[in-house]
This record gives sequence, structure tokens and C-alpha cells, in this order.
Amino acid sequence: MIPASFNYHRASSVNEALDLLKQYGDDARLLAGGHSLLPAMKLRMNAPANLIDIGRIAELNSIRVENGTLHIGAGATHSAIAASPDVQGHAPVLADTAGMIGDVQVRNKGTIGGSLAHADPAADYPAVLLILNASINVIGPNGTRSIAAGDFFQDLYVTALEENEIITGVEIPAMPQGAGAVYLKFAQPASRFALVGCAALVKKDGGTCSEVRVAFTGVGNMPFRDSGVEGALTGQSADASAIEAAAAQAAGGIDVLSDHFAGEDYRTHLARVYARRALSQAAGLA
Amino acid sequence: MGIPITVQVNGVSHSHEVEPRLLLAHYLRDVLRLTGTHIGCDTSSCGACTILVDGKAVKSCTMLAVQADGAEITTIEGLASNGELHPLQKSFNEEHGLQCGFCTPGMIMTATDLLANNPSPSEQEIRHALEGNYCRCTGYHNIVKAIQNAANTQG
Repeated sequence: MIPASFNYHRASSVNEALDLLKQYGDDARLLAGGHSLLPAMKLRMNAPANLIDIGRIAELNSIRVENGTLHIGAGATHSAIAASPDVQGHAPVLADTAGMIGDVQVRNKGTIGGSLAHADPAADYPAVLLILNASINVIGPNGTRSIAAGDFFQDLYVTALEENEIITGVEIPAMPQGAGAVYLKFAQPASRFALVGCAALVKKDGGTCSEVRVAFTGVGNMPFRDSGVEGALTGQSADASAIEAAAAQAAGGIDVLSDHFAGEDYRTHLARVYARRALSQAAGLA
Repeated sequence: MGIPITVQVNGVSHSHEVEPRLLLAHYLRDVLRLTGTHIGCDTSSCGACTILVDGKAVKSCTMLAVQADGAEITTIEGLASNGELHPLQKSFNEEHGLQCGFCTPGMIMTATDLLANNPSPSEQEIRHALEGNYCRCTGYHNIVKAIQNAANTQG
């Protein structure tokens, strides 16, 4: 399959990429690792007249911890994130998740910025960024801004990115002291996308869950924090029956996705099962 | 509008003007005539088109040739040296790690990346590394054995 013709522009800096976006605007797409965009272009679901290659911009690749905050450049590949000692130390759940995306070859090319901008409802990162209270940094014609992960994802493939904005990176605050966090997914066997993915963070004081964060991917039109599950477990003891009862609330009030891989009932069932497993593993790590 | 690119493929430098939409897999097969890199699913799932770009396994059906400008590429044709098969090629032969052979170049390139980073992988690590390579003949058993065997030989 061959994409439709386009003009190719290579940006060597973020500023140059912004200039190119200004010039080609509506008719341009950004190319980073290309692992969401190129498949879509090959299927002719996307046929931009211009591609702006930001894959060589070194300033977008850095991963570092500064003042207790983890900064990951938008151009960092999934394999770089999985292998980064900074990510493993600061937010091990994020390193583990990066290592579960797609397969080796996909992880060697795909980038976190590209995945976030694409906003596939079954992407793995979003659920984890939601429980880590991450924010997404962008730059555009009007300067820079930071968007909370909870505000970033707006609908199926729709984000808070404005016209001509570029994601520059992700910031992740320190996890609550002593908290445990995991991400588990039921992967579609061919694509490795999550039919259901659940990220859970649990902090315990004594035997009681003092803080609980749960987020899902693959379940609804966009990733979401599940306040029903969180509320049901917060203040309860971290035992199997309390976790089971909380997990049974999963996806309450959500318009659950249904496709030829998994219908609404089955996805809801998986959401409960994965919430239970993720919560009990997170509580075990706390 | 052709874009000039220069790539090192199996140690040989090549310069061409390419159409921006030319996929790297097609560049290798149709322009350089290196047809050992196979195109299977063409949707970045099956891994038959796996090559090494700057030492890392990637699916060449999901990369533009222009993205490879300046890169060092290794394809299946670049593994044997001085008429001697690479240990992985020998091992796939000895362990009967293929039937029809269509997936084999991709399997071997992914395994090359794996063994470069992890010279003695466990069976589970091998199976995890092969997640992006499909074989529709063998059930993977002998492929895993071939990679284990090559790891032992190399070590």
C-alpha cells in the first residue's frame, strides 16, 4: 500500500517546525516516528499535502528528572522510555507500560508525543498518565502551555491540541510517597492494542487505602479516571473483598465501546476484571 | 519532487533521489534490488519486512525512505560474511526454524537485535522479542530453539 503523494519538509528545530506549520497549516501533518500516521496514510485515511518531519529534532528527545519532576521529550521512543533509568526510578509503571506497547519494532520507532497526539482510544499511555497526574506541554503560535492529562483527551482521536500546536513533552510529578502503581491490559492478539487497559495507583496508611487512582483505556471513546471505583476503595482496607467490590463499579456511567473484537458487555466485564487485578497488584506494591 | 537521500546499506553507501512517499521497504526491494526483505501484511503487524536501522529492528513497511536519510541499514543480505552464514542463519537451518521461509528474514533480523542487547535470553524473553514477527507455518517452536542455539553458539 502506497500513501498519496505529499511534499516532505524536514524541520531541524521546534521553531522551524512551527514556521512550517504556519506556512502549510491545514494541509500539513507532523511526522515523528510515523507509527500512527504512516499506517493511516497507507490506508488513505489520511492524505496530507505536506509532511513536516520532526523526527530529527534532538531537543525533543531528552528524558530527565529535574526538581522531582520527570520530563520526557515528545520525541522519546517507547523503547527509550522503557529503558530509561530516570523513568524506571521515578515512575516505574510508565517504563513498564512503554515496554508493553506494540512490539519491539514498533517501540523502536513510535514516540510518546505521536501516540498522545493521535489519541487512539485504546492507546496504553493515556491511562497511566491519568493516574500519574501528568501534564502535556505544547508550543504553538501563541507560545507554550501545559495541559493536564485529564483535560487533554477529549473524544475519539480528539485532543485539546489547537491548530498548529506541537507537543513538546510530558511532565510527571513524583508519585505519592510509598504508593504502588501498575498498568495491565488485555491485548488484542494481533495489534497489541488494549481491548481494555487499566492503570491503578494505591497508597496505603496502615491497612487502609488513603489514596486510590484508577484509569481505563480502550473502554470508552477516550481514556478516563474512574471516580466510582476510586471512591469505593478510598478509606477502605486493601483486602480482596473491598477491592472486588470497588472493581465491580468499573465503567459506571460510561458509554462502553463495542466492536467486532469485544461487545459492550464483554468489555465491561474485562474492565471489572482488570480493575480488580490492577488494584490488588498496586496495593501489593504499596 | 525528488528528495536526495544517502544511506549505508550492508556497508555500502547508496545515494538516490526518491519520491517522499516511497516506503523504505520498497526502496530496498525495488531500487536497491535487495529482495530478501519481504513485505507481508504491509500494515506493521507481521514483521516480515524487519531490518536494522542504526542497529535497531524496525518495520521497513512503516518507514519512509526519506526518514532513513543518513542511516546505517542492515538487511538479511548483510548478515553473512565472506561466504559464511551468520550464526543465526546457520542455526535456523540446523534447527529447521522455517517451513515456507517467508517470515525468516524478519525473524532473523529481530533476533539479531535481541542478541545484540541480550546475548543469552531466556525462552520467555525470546518469545516476547518475537511478538512483532508472525510465522504461519511453524508454531514458533523451532524458531525459538534456533535463536537459543545461536545464542549458545555466539556466547
